[in-house]
Amino acid sequence: MTTTTPRAVTLPAATSAPPRPVPQHVRDLVGRVTGDEKHDPSAHSTLDVVWTLYDQVLRVDPDRPEAPDRDRFLLSKGHGPASTYAVLAAKGFFPADWLDDVATFRSRLGHHPDRTLVPGIEIGSGLLGHGLPLGVGLAVGLRGRSPARVVVLVGDAELDEGSNAEAIQVAGRFGLANLTVVVVDNHSDNLGWPGGIARRFALEGWAAGEVRTHDQPRLTAALRHTEPDRPTVVVVDTTPAPSKEAA
Amino acid sequence: MTALAPASQALDLRTRFYEELDPLLDAHPDVDVVLAVIGSGYMSRAIERHPGRVIDVGIREQALVGVAGGLALAGRRPIVHTFASFLVERPYEQVKLDLGHQDVGAVLVSAGASYDVSAGGRTHQAPADVALISALPGWTVHVPGHADEVAELLHREAAGTGRVYIRLSGQRNAAPGPVDGRLHLVRDGGAGAGAPLVVAVGPMLDTVLEAVADLPVRVAWTATPHPLDAEGLRALAGPTPALAVVEPYLEGTSAAAVAAALVDRPSRVLHVGVPGETELRRYGTPHDHAAAHGLDAAGVRRRVATLLTGRR
Repeated sequence: MTTTTPRAVTLPAATSAPPRPVPQHVRDLVGRVTGDEKHDPSAHSTLDVVWTLYDQVLRVDPDRPEAPDRDRFLLSKGHGPASTYAVLAAKGFFPADWLDDVATFRSRLGHHPDRTLVPGIEIGSGLLGHGLPLGVGLAVGLRGRSPARVVVLVGDAELDEGSNAEAIQVAGRFGLANLTVVVVDNHSDNLGWPGGIARRFALEGWAAGEVRTHDQPRLTAALRHTEPDRPTVVVVDTTPAPSKEAA
Repeated sequence: MTALAPASQALDLRTRFYEELDPLLDAHPDVDVVLAVIGSGYMSRAIERHPGRVIDVGIREQALVGVAGGLALAGRRPIVHTFASFLVERPYEQVKLDLGHQDVGAVLVSAGASYDVSAGGRTHQAPADVALISALPGWTVHVPGHADEVAELLHREAAGTGRVYIRLSGQRNAAPGPVDGRLHLVRDGGAGAGAPLVVAVGPMLDTVLEAVADLPVRVAWTATPHPLDAEGLRALAGPTPALAVVEPYLEGTSAAAVAAALVDRPSRVLHVGVPGETELRRYGTPHDHAAAHGLDAAGVRRRVATLLTGRR
């Protein structure tokens, strides 16, 4: 086994296609799930990422949600599915009125998503630390057989779970170029990550980039970016950029 | 260890499993083998002939099962192997969620049954494996007692889509039996259809036959305790069953299934297996442990005899 030199690559700042901010009608769909008018920030911390993925990055077709060569989006942070439900509804994977009775007995949509109940949901998740190992297996299974990418969304606190450490190591050693992890970093982990999250992935052989969630052009470019010989991670900081006064 | 000759047809169950992987990968192009180091040194031929299809994640058992779940989501048929304690107990949540909850299949093949690793102590023993797997929805559990049964089960389940647990043991029988999921009468004891019935599971058959050689009991056998062949049990047990179930793992593992099968008739049922109440803090040989647990022929005879006398 050769040793991979850690490095954090600089991701491109922009791409040719113009990224679109999250439209108001999608934000309204999130509100139908959460039932709030003012938009609880915790329900929205993943919205920019999920919207950008489905609007700009992923090759998926709501009319063929089981297409073998579709890109796979795995919401590992399954305890915050409102934004994913809203985006899937906006893109036509299921009717928007499914959003109005989430987690009732007759609803297909729960507080944690179930892949067997919802078109477009690739994994059942909710318990932390399962999406990334599943994503690694998916990427191994698809590599060389399909052009599909596998994109896994995790939270920074979710990375506390040791199963992620195993998966990060395996994906790095296997050089899974078809795997991308998006870490939505809302600084909610209890003990912190000395040196930063991106460097931990880079040390394990991943191409690592960092962006702020509201920097739409750079977020889009980062999520589009892949490397030929290694997996990529995009650490998305959800805190607002420092104001000019503070800087 | 040197590479095994492809046609040696080993009698040891675990060795036969390793031998069978190369032809299995030839015959089933959608099968991948997932390892956490254990076993990788014994399947060099399969690794060399099938690049990329033997996936060793290192000593990472959560990733072992999680990666298997992902492979299944990609349409692959994963065969997942390590010792029972690391395949079932350590990643139990992954078995539950990354396979069961995702509604995907896999073939889990364990080595190190119950007290096979007697000299290794408790850390390498998992006699509750069948009970734990059986507690999850949609699993089939095979407990083969002969290497030929292992080969037949592997090829059949590799072609399937379900969730399957195959428990390989150091203990084995002299001859293979039919691994069709059914309960088979192997000895009627000349005592007639009303005589007590002893159900031997997998590798316990030869021990049971030795134990009851001079007792007026019938003996039936299955390699598939879960789901239990309830119809076969009801047919063999008769209207007022006196029954002993002898399993090489946690005592009472099949108790609920047996009770459900016989709910419509008055029955006396004795469950013989590895006791769950105390931890045997001894090393020694597997036979030492079998004797200590009452799972050698003498111990099984003592237990089954109580079924005849009604005394404990």
